[in-house]
Amino acid sequence: MTVGSPAVVIGILLSTVIVAAWLIWVERRMIGIWQDRLGPNRVGPLGLGQVVADMVKIFFKEDWIPPFADKPVFVIAPAIVMVTMLLGFVVVPFAPGVGVIDFNFGLLYFFALSSLAVYSQVLAGYASNNKYSLLGSLRAAAQSISYEVFMGLAAMGVVMLAGSFNLREIVEAQKDGWYVLPQFAGFLAFLVAAVAECHRAPFDLPEAEQEITGGFHTEYSGMKFGMFFVGEYLGITLNSAILVTLFFGGWLGPAFLPPLAWFILKTLVFILFFILLRAALARPRYDQFMSFGWKVMLPLTLANIVVTGAVGLSVP
Amino acid sequence: MISQLRTLWIVLKHTFSRADTVQYPEQRPKLYPRYRGRIVLTRDPDGEERCVACNLCAAVCPVDCIALQKTEDVDGRWYPEFFRINFSRCILCGLCEEACPTYAIQLTPDFELCEYDRRNLVYEKEHLLIQGTGKYPGYSFYRVAGKAIAGKDKGQAENEAPPIDVHSLLP
Amino acid sequence: MPDKIVGNDFGPPKAGPKDGLQGGSPHKIVGNGFGPPKAGLHIEIDGKSHPVKAGENLLQAILSLGLDLPYFCWHPAMGSVGACRQCGVIQFKDANDAQGRVVMACMTPVAEGMRISLQGPDAKAFRAGILELLMTNHPHDCPVCEEGGECHLQDMTVMTGHTVRQYRGLKRTHRNQDLGPFINHEMNRCIACYRCVRYYQDYCGGDDLQVFASHNHVYFGRQEDGVLENEFSGNLVEVCPTGVFTDKTFSRHYSRKWDLQTAPSVCVHCGIGCNTSPGERYGSLRRIVNRYHGEINGYFLCDRGRFGYGFVNGPARLYQARSAETGPLDVSTAENRLRAMLEDAKGIVGIGSPRASLEANFALRERVGAERFHAGIGDAEHGCLRTLLDLVRNLPLHLVSLREAERADAVLILGEDPTQTAPRLALALRQAVRNRALAIADELGIPHWQDAAVREAAQAEKSPLFIASPAPTRLDDIAARTCRASPRTIARLGFAVAHGICPEAPAVMGLTPEHEALAAEIAQALTSAERPLIVAGTGCLSEDVLRAVGQIAAALAAARPGRATAVHFAVPECNSLGLALMDAQSLAHAAHTIESGEADTLLILENDLYRRADRTTVDALLTRARQVIVIDHTLHATAERAHLVLPAASFAETEGTLVSSEGRAQRFFAAMQPAGDSRDGWRWLGPWPCLDDLTRALADSLPVFQQITACAPGAAFRIAGQKIPRQPHRYSGRTAMLADIRIHEPKQPEDTDSALAFSMEGAANDHPPALNPFVWAPGWNSNQAVGKFQDEAGGHLSGGDPGIRLIGDGAGTGLPWSVPPETEASIADALRLVPLHHIFGSDETSMHSSAVAERAPHPYVALNPEDAARLGLAEGEEVELAPDVWLPVKCLPGLAAGIAGVPAGLPDLPVPVTAWQSWKPNKPGDETS
Ligand code: SF4
Ligand code: SF4
Ligand code: SF4
Ligand code: SF4
Ligand code: FES
Repeated sequence: MTVGSPAVVIGILLSTVIVAAWLIWVERRMIGIWQDRLGPNRVGPLGLGQVVADMVKIFFKEDWIPPFADKPVFVIAPAIVMVTMLLGFVVVPFAPGVGVIDFNFGLLYFFALSSLAVYSQVLAGYASNNKYSLLGSLRAAAQSISYEVFMGLAAMGVVMLAGSFNLREIVEAQKDGWYVLPQFAGFLAFLVAAVAECHRAPFDLPEAEQEITGGFHTEYSGMKFGMFFVGEYLGITLNSAILVTLFFGGWLGPAFLPPLAWFILKTLVFILFFILLRAALARPRYDQFMSFGWKVMLPLTLANIVVTGAVGLSVP
Repeated sequence: MISQLRTLWIVLKHTFSRADTVQYPEQRPKLYPRYRGRIVLTRDPDGEERCVACNLCAAVCPVDCIALQKTEDVDGRWYPEFFRINFSRCILCGLCEEACPTYAIQLTPDFELCEYDRRNLVYEKEHLLIQGTGKYPGYSFYRVAGKAIAGKDKGQAENEAPPIDVHSLLP
Repeated sequence: MPDKIVGNDFGPPKAGPKDGLQGGSPHKIVGNGFGPPKAGLHIEIDGKSHPVKAGENLLQAILSLGLDLPYFCWHPAMGSVGACRQCGVIQFKDANDAQGRVVMACMTPVAEGMRISLQGPDAKAFRAGILELLMTNHPHDCPVCEEGGECHLQDMTVMTGHTVRQYRGLKRTHRNQDLGPFINHEMNRCIACYRCVRYYQDYCGGDDLQVFASHNHVYFGRQEDGVLENEFSGNLVEVCPTGVFTDKTFSRHYSRKWDLQTAPSVCVHCGIGCNTSPGERYGSLRRIVNRYHGEINGYFLCDRGRFGYGFVNGPARLYQARSAETGPLDVSTAENRLRAMLEDAKGIVGIGSPRASLEANFALRERVGAERFHAGIGDAEHGCLRTLLDLVRNLPLHLVSLREAERADAVLILGEDPTQTAPRLALALRQAVRNRALAIADELGIPHWQDAAVREAAQAEKSPLFIASPAPTRLDDIAARTCRASPRTIARLGFAVAHGICPEAPAVMGLTPEHEALAAEIAQALTSAERPLIVAGTGCLSEDVLRAVGQIAAALAAARPGRATAVHFAVPECNSLGLALMDAQSLAHAAHTIESGEADTLLILENDLYRRADRTTVDALLTRARQVIVIDHTLHATAERAHLVLPAASFAETEGTLVSSEGRAQRFFAAMQPAGDSRDGWRWLGPWPCLDDLTRALADSLPVFQQITACAPGAAFRIAGQKIPRQPHRYSGRTAMLADIRIHEPKQPEDTDSALAFSMEGAANDHPPALNPFVWAPGWNSNQAVGKFQDEAGGHLSGGDPGIRLIGDGAGTGLPWSVPPETEASIADALRLVPLHHIFGSDETSMHSSAVAERAPHPYVALNPEDAARLGLAEGEEVELAPDVWLPVKCLPGLAAGIAGVPAGLPDLPVPVTAWQSWKPNKPGDETS
């Protein structure tokens, strides 16, 4: 277990938060482009200042707590998602020597934290004392339970191949070839589960505006709402980073770029993919979504494990 | 599944297509006469108010932002005593124009309806009524309707036979 | 006299009012009003078997099943003639017939096992074709047509699916006529269904609306421009399926039906209690339409009720409190002033009103105490109503509803002109004389709905109707015998009839031979009839006449043991009977209390005393009282003399209960918020939080009213948690109608007094009949949608006709025989004054409607031409009726000799005829008596 120097730790913390905030702009701009619009382009060069403007706006918004809400819980809920997501970055192996902690059980740690994040939504929905919020949080809970199951199973193939839960070792193990090839089914399942875990479109059922007016964050405004928002972008970034780590060789890449650059580049591609999904796909019905998880993805990942195991046994 | 992937691909291709929107207000889009903006009330070819206060526009309006009252002039024409549109509610859907049997109410390409005071968005008949016929130049409702008005007696509308002489015994 | 009455002629004995919220029709008449109930059958419609009632026609049966079939000429109250050809369906010969043939549903009797098709392509094509033909001449008028949006023709056009006009030829046109102040005429829109003339001539007996010319030139109108004279002409608005006849008063401030805020209401212009739907828009009352009631008005109102609503927004309407010294007051000052005046009073005399609700009267009674509560009606009328109640309580009388009256097969009218005092009753009596025709039809096996055939078979045969009245009546044309006499003589005739029926009743001495013969004939007709009916009322202000009715009723009951006698007493105002049931003191008593100094304050509720007693008496009373407070909606002579006037809500703005002349308590509801500062009369009078509390307090404190809380569901009633909306779901302009005043849309006003909401939101279906503001059903926008709310076409409302009958169920056990009155002594050169009533003129509130006022007579003194000649008076000559009141003489042929008729209740006639008083005509130049 190695610990990064304080400078590295602070650097990682700041850059993840900044990246998450900046993603707000990226998302709006990209969606604009994909929808043949211009997107935010007025504030600063290329509209980059939009993030700052949004931040300023959200800081000065009335931070309203509904009188019927359960106040302490209502306040804590958005912080949970921020904190858990930020803590998730602790195990991300950015590059050799760049990282916070190097746990042997890094992957498990990641799963643990991403399950904890759902408490944020459940508590927010409960504390809001609003039927839409409650519906949203019920959906969030059910969604996490269902999709986490095969998210874990999907990663097991990788673990079996690498023989370790240590994320750095998993990256090292991909020296001879990224796991996306042997573990393609696992990759697909993990990707779907990752989208569902950060409840991004098309799997944004817990907040489905058209059906339940924003779900768990219906009653939130101001900075608390902003925290949910940033939490969501942190989730995207974290999940993209883990995807890259597990299946795309992490920092590995031809030597003309430093390892960290490879890592960032690969992560960025996945972030953009997340945004593309939102721009292109429609939200499924809730029952369809659930049966897809249990009836398609779960068997798929189980089969993947069986096949990986069988192949691993037969090829010593 | 395939269709989802295809959708992703199609959307991705749009990365390289030109934006359909323009940099308003420096650039302005071309708006066609059928664009749905600020509403006007128009007049007959002969310069009379077209609106006959039939209330169909008010009934069809999904946000209920039209209120009017029928009255009648000495000529026998129906017209609105008042006609009010609350533009702070109007969603410029154009249903009123579709419902109007006289082409009186029409939407225009003027969409710049901004006010600092919502009250200024309440338009009365004098704000709505224009001098011309708008998009439909030739139409006059009373020329096809059976109701007699000054200058158009029974039997003088389009496709009308002269009034029956009820005392005649001829078949 | 019989000791035990087990029933009346019209139905099973009443088993106590139904409890429950639906209200109830105590006398559920089985059958369609046209014939006795028949056994059920089954017919097969489009392959599905349906139960139907034998004796019906197919159209009736289909509509009663809730299916849709377009029609025009058929009307549930008028039967079928097969004129419009719109109701075509396919009838199959037998189970194997696949082709079938088109028949008119309205002309085809149902038969067991009949197979028909409504939806077959041929049937649909036939109906679409007929409609297209009907529409060939139809003008392009809907946007400027008052019928639009509630037009049966529009509905049927949509129902048949005719959407595109293919006819390219010329349209025939017609010139319109001016039909008077009530009705617009736009003949281009006619589809020649003939409903109007059938209604006007056959149903109402009118003769000034005819059909002219031939083939597709037919024209429905008058021979020349002029007022449509029949008192029920207003129903043409609803009878005509198109916009030919429309409401002229409504057109002046027109609003589409979907824009009207409406409430279930009861007509306030006479004692019958017809059910109405008043409609409001932008804070003013726009019109009245019929609200179907299976026992009372059915499909029709009279013109006074339909067009008399103008007082609600009239020029004399009170919007603000005012004090005699300081002029207009704001609400809180007025409240304080009222409180101060009442605290300061040395005793308060409360004067109630027969045109205010039971609740308002009761609130006044609670305020001033029962002994200080006065009825506020003329002393003669007060006496009559007391006698009337005495009879109803103690004799085996059954107060008939109008539907029951229509089934009477012998009618005697004593001293009343129902067309003028209880108009809708007169229309019912007009149907009653047709029972003979229906009996003939029965003998010949003609179904009752075969209208033309029944009329052809019966020719001029009628059930007997006898009219004894001081002046000619509008029912004389259908009467078997009429008799013109003074009220006293009419009473004596009545007593003679009673003696003729039951010899135990004392005989009348000294009758003229003609009257003897007439009495015998009437007695014979009444005894031999199945369902005899006696109609009388307070019209000629004679207690003798009422007692004579009681005597006849008792005699009939004695002659027909076990059956209560059907009677109907016309009373002048909408709550006359209710007020009488409250046992209030007389006006003379009020005058006495003030005169004696026991009290010094008059608190007058919705009443103009100048209509109740002569000017000198009222002047004296008002002068003597130290403080006079008037609560009313309209400014009148009494209010002008009051120290404090408080604005009250009119019937369209308040809620309460009225008792009709049938003894039926009915709840009416506010269609709109009270105008200006006005508020419910009872709200000025006491600390009642809501109407239900007041109604309950009344029910608890006066046993006769025990049932009234069940008239309609209370304010807490909800359908699936929702109130009942007063506005249709298409109500328009919500976000614009007040935007010129306040851009922030105000909350809809709340109604704490009823289960209705001033809103378009709420429970759309399953309204209990007493709470149904208007009728509408998908595809049925006109008032003919009522078919969807009836248990069968033309029957009762599903869920029971609203209202609870309080009295007159034939439970009385008997009174001793009355002694017939003597002939009155004749006074040399003098005449007896009798009030002559006018449908347009005698009612106080409707005279504030300009249309009704236009139809009212000018004041006159009517004399029999011989009397006039004897007294040397010529038509038009002015005579002095009372000091300084000069009226022209009108020669009225047919007026009984020895009496002078004076129009009752005209506003510009300062002296009401209060009693049977004698009068010596003075001409100019004579010295005043
Ligand atoms: S455009 Fe639509 S919302 Fe606006 S007034 Fe017309 S119908 Fe109403
Ligand atoms: S629909 Fe047309 S004619 Fe009718 S009220 Fe509206 S503007 Fe006037
Ligand atoms: S009668 Fe009916 S169909 Fe004819 S113009 Fe009037 S609303 Fe239209
Ligand atoms: S005027 Fe009306 S009721 Fe009379 S025939 Fe014509 S459409 Fe029928
Ligand atoms: S309704 Fe049957 S023919 Fe007219």
